[in-house]
Amino acid sequence: MATALGSPRKSENKKLGVGKTIGLIFLGIMLVFYLIPVYVMVVNGLKTADVVSFSRMWQLPSKLSLGGYGQAWDKLSPNVWSSVTLVVPATIISGFLGALNGYILSKWKFRGSDLLFTLMLFGMFIPYQSILIPLIKFLQSIGLYGNMAGLILVHVVYGLPFTTLIFRNYFANVPTELVEAATVDGAGLLQIFFQVMLPLSIPAFVVVGIFQFTNIWNEFLFGLTVITNPARQPITVALNNLSGSFSVEWNVVMAGAVLTALPTLLIYIVLGKYFVRGIMAGSVKG
Amino acid sequence: MAAEVAIPPQHEIERAHKSRFDRAIGPLLLSPSVILLAIFVYGFIGTTIWISISNWDSAITDWSIADPWWKVYDALFHMTRFQINIRNTIVFTVFMLLFAVGLGLIFAILLDQHIPGNALFRNVFLFPYALSFVVTGVAWRWIFNPETGINVLIDTLGINWVLDKLGMGPFAPKWITDPRVIGDLGSIIPLPDIIKAQIGIPAAMIPVIIAAVWQLSGFAMAMYLSGLAAISDDVREAASLDGASMWQLYRDIIIPLLKPITISCLIILGHVSLKIFDLVYAMSGRGPGYATEVPGIFMFDKTFKVLEYNTGAAASVVMLFMVSLVIVPYLARSMKDV
Repeated sequence: MATALGSPRKSENKKLGVGKTIGLIFLGIMLVFYLIPVYVMVVNGLKTADVVSFSRMWQLPSKLSLGGYGQAWDKLSPNVWSSVTLVVPATIISGFLGALNGYILSKWKFRGSDLLFTLMLFGMFIPYQSILIPLIKFLQSIGLYGNMAGLILVHVVYGLPFTTLIFRNYFANVPTELVEAATVDGAGLLQIFFQVMLPLSIPAFVVVGIFQFTNIWNEFLFGLTVITNPARQPITVALNNLSGSFSVEWNVVMAGAVLTALPTLLIYIVLGKYFVRGIMAGSVKG
Repeated sequence: MAAEVAIPPQHEIERAHKSRFDRAIGPLLLSPSVILLAIFVYGFIGTTIWISISNWDSAITDWSIADPWWKVYDALFHMTRFQINIRNTIVFTVFMLLFAVGLGLIFAILLDQHIPGNALFRNVFLFPYALSFVVTGVAWRWIFNPETGINVLIDTLGINWVLDKLGMGPFAPKWITDPRVIGDLGSIIPLPDIIKAQIGIPAAMIPVIIAAVWQLSGFAMAMYLSGLAAISDDVREAASLDGASMWQLYRDIIIPLLKPITISCLIILGHVSLKIFDLVYAMSGRGPGYATEVPGIFMFDKTFKVLEYNTGAAASVVMLFMVSLVIVPYLARSMKDV
């Protein structure tokens, strides 16, 4: 992961000057600040209910216990499962549709296709409150309100602008000669897509997969409003309910926060390079 | 959560080899996505605007237009609570951007040097960006709880003991439960009569801003690091041959070269902040005296708790308008560059 964000300059000399020492001290202080919430979540999740007291929030547990995590898992596991059944299909479907859209919008441009693409992109930035009331009425009218299929549909549709963007920019950098050569050989649009473009697009699928997984796993508003049964709501909604509940010890809440964070954190740790690439996706313009 | 919109230059495709059938099938294959987005984005926005000018303010659906049609908006902008919401959004956006983008730039410049532990710093500063706003809100809510969190730490570290010896009161802020509003713009310059909210910085908003900066500064850092990596060593070498100091090099050459990155950061993070909901909802909710309420929470409350659909819709249209002010010029500029 060291190389994920590019390596440091080579032209600088290695000796630490006064300026760099001050810089290092500043970075060290900020590092501690950035790790405070991690410390609070992890350490308090490891305490047993009887030693969890607010006055000892910052102290290490006197004896280690996985009890907090066990209880959090008992309460949240149905919602972890809900999130998995949501994230996996929504990521795959929106990714595949995005690949097809990106391919057509980059290699089979037609009159007005750039404008169409820009209009599609707008959907990525809107506050979802501004479509929420009609969305819920619409889902009710087609019988998809309150169930997972409805929530998957919502995440597929609102994920399309992002997945289309990533694939369009990715395919734009694939040499057009490849498409030309294939058309000369008599291959059609779909044949080229499946036989030439898709095999080339694994890196784009990884970026889209990571970002859609992370976005949908972390999403809150749709999960809160489209799914009504608390046992079936996604993990972020369940965590918020847990945190607002007076009957739950807060070591359990902290453990729950760690459980909620874990999948996206693992992705970040294992595939950090692609995570950063997703942030940068297409940021080459001036 | 956010992606940079850029459209790389396109190569013209030799049309000769492509059959008319294939050229027709392209738009056809695109149409499912286009139709879905046309309905789910533009159709639904249109419906929301309609609801916002309708009489639908209870569980019973009512599509009839209000008289006058701007009645709901008029009531909304005269509502002290909604004025507080807008004030909170602006305060949150300005300070979050200042600190998240500023820290991101400082981190990137420092980490662009040979600093020991470079990779560790980068990864720690960026990881919060991978988390859900709900996780961030839940964790920081406990840290900024006045009876527990940070105040206990301040006590434990003996800061209050020192303050006591110096004859000063203990330092024990009320954080997210503090109802005070710091400063009052209305006492400095005359404000229009319609403004009833106190225009200042709500104290309870400060912890929420800190949590947001914690989560989002890594994004700015990553953007700046990629920008710095793209600046060639020749630029730096030429400047050092001219006898420029490090400070001059950054102030006069490198930071101006990074301007496009700064603009992108401000737009992407700015639009996230103008529509913020999850973080505030999980961390502090409305806050004391609506001190941390933002339009996203107001909309949720009006729509799903008291079923005033037209008021909720109008608040969401205001959110959409604020976000569009930032995003539409950005998209238009991206399209021109094609």
